[in-house]
Amino acid sequence: MSTKQFLFSGFGGQGILFSGKLLAYKGLIDEKQVSWLPSYGPEMRGGTASCSVIISDDPVGSPIVSKPDVLVAMNLPSLDKYEDAVVPGGIIFADSTLIERKVKRDDVTVYYVPATKLANDNGTPTLANIILMGKILNVLGNFDETSVRAALGKVISARHADMLEVNLKAMQLGADYE
Amino acid sequence: MADKVLMKGNEAIAEAAIIAGCRHYFGYPITPQTEVAAYMAKKMPKIGGCFLQAESEIAAINMVYGVSSTGKRVMTSSSSPGISLKSEGLSYLAGADLPALIVNVQRGGPGLGGIQPSQSDYFQATRGGGHGDYHMIVLAPASVQEMAELTVKGFELADTYRMTSMILADGTMGQMMEPVSLDFDIKPVPEKPWATTGTKMEREHNIVNSLYLSPEKLEETNFERYEKYKYIEENEAMYEEYMVEDADIVVAAFGIAARVSKNAVNEARARGIKVGLIRPITLWPFPVAPFKKAAEHAKKFISVELSMGQMIEDVKLATDCKVPVTLCNRVGGMIPSPEQVLEAIVEADGGVK
Repeated sequence: MSTKQFLFSGFGGQGILFSGKLLAYKGLIDEKQVSWLPSYGPEMRGGTASCSVIISDDPVGSPIVSKPDVLVAMNLPSLDKYEDAVVPGGIIFADSTLIERKVKRDDVTVYYVPATKLANDNGTPTLANIILMGKILNVLGNFDETSVRAALGKVISARHADMLEVNLKAMQLGADYE
Repeated sequence: MADKVLMKGNEAIAEAAIIAGCRHYFGYPITPQTEVAAYMAKKMPKIGGCFLQAESEIAAINMVYGVSSTGKRVMTSSSSPGISLKSEGLSYLAGADLPALIVNVQRGGPGLGGIQPSQSDYFQATRGGGHGDYHMIVLAPASVQEMAELTVKGFELADTYRMTSMILADGTMGQMMEPVSLDFDIKPVPEKPWATTGTKMEREHNIVNSLYLSPEKLEETNFERYEKYKYIEENEAMYEEYMVEDADIVVAAFGIAARVSKNAVNEARARGIKVGLIRPITLWPFPVAPFKKAAEHAKKFISVELSMGQMIEDVKLATDCKVPVTLCNRVGGMIPSPEQVLEAIVEADGGVK
């Protein structure tokens, strides 16, 4: 039995909910049990946005993630708020372009990815979340192009279908980042 | 898995309603149920249905009354303060014996309250909400799949019994996404010889009305309605039991509280505590039988709620107060954590050993 609890957090507009949805769809395609729960407060743009994602071999109980196995922090307030909540032995992914400090905990594994800078340099400034997702899937040993492509196909609306290859490329960029 | 899609609970309700043959939706926006209306706004015009954003909740519920009178499947959705506004209409629907589906994606109250999840409209839903003696069938989903399934079931029960069904969900259920299968076997809609469909000069007029100036006649309709309610209580209660068979402690919870409680029950079982969970799926009729049965062996009940303790009264009634029932709760948009529920279980078990 294996259950992984993810918490995605950042500014509204960074694609936090989108990232979570992408991961949930990938879990569904990988035949896992999944849940996705967004924060839906009045803070949608500019303030903080977060979402809970659970990927499990068993039916998901509570969909609320309060002690994440994996924290994805895309801004400093998110790291400040959730760093202590991560389970010992958990993983933190931090967008090091926007988070200048280091993680204080020494009982978690941390990956610093300058996702926002990589996105800007790549000419796709809106895809920092996707770059980070590439790194996450790579670290979790879960990056296979077939299911990633299928998951992207589910979350990218038909109107933006041409963005699929661009997203896939951004994801590869994150996966390759050392 | 191929046939499953990820959907928000609110969207699942809307799609399931369409699958169930509902072609008339009237509503007024309110967080956290707005996706129901948004989905209907997008879909209804494409399938020859009617989506109408009314000028108010009161207008919307009376449009529901109108369409239901013609025998068509019809629904409205709102969240707590909006349901209060619709309550007059709910009473009129009950008084005229009209079927309809009402969705309440609850938020914290009273008053305008907040927009975060709550279960504090339990009394309002299970006791009717509006004035007069009446009930609604109240369905409490605990997953996105159930949001869809109980929507279909809600229409079917409403038509079968000529009364209102309410989906009593909460902000979490409405906003969360889970895989959902929408492969439903839709039963044929029952004949509705009472509907006002035009006489075509071939039959007497049908009259849909809730006004009875003769007290004898009004008493008789109330008596008849309560005969029907009695039948429903005996035949339509739905619930899920989880590890109740040998339980010393039984947790009672519905909706999101049940999801949280299940985590706690699993954790407590891992610690050797004999605890189980009864999850009412229908809140009215309340599933009395499993509680009566559990009270024969359980020493304590814990009612886990996102309210100041409303369902706890039905747990006490169902068990004839034979076994102590304690409350484990958060309110105002807060949700109990599995740890809080576990703590309540450990305490009921006699504290940390």
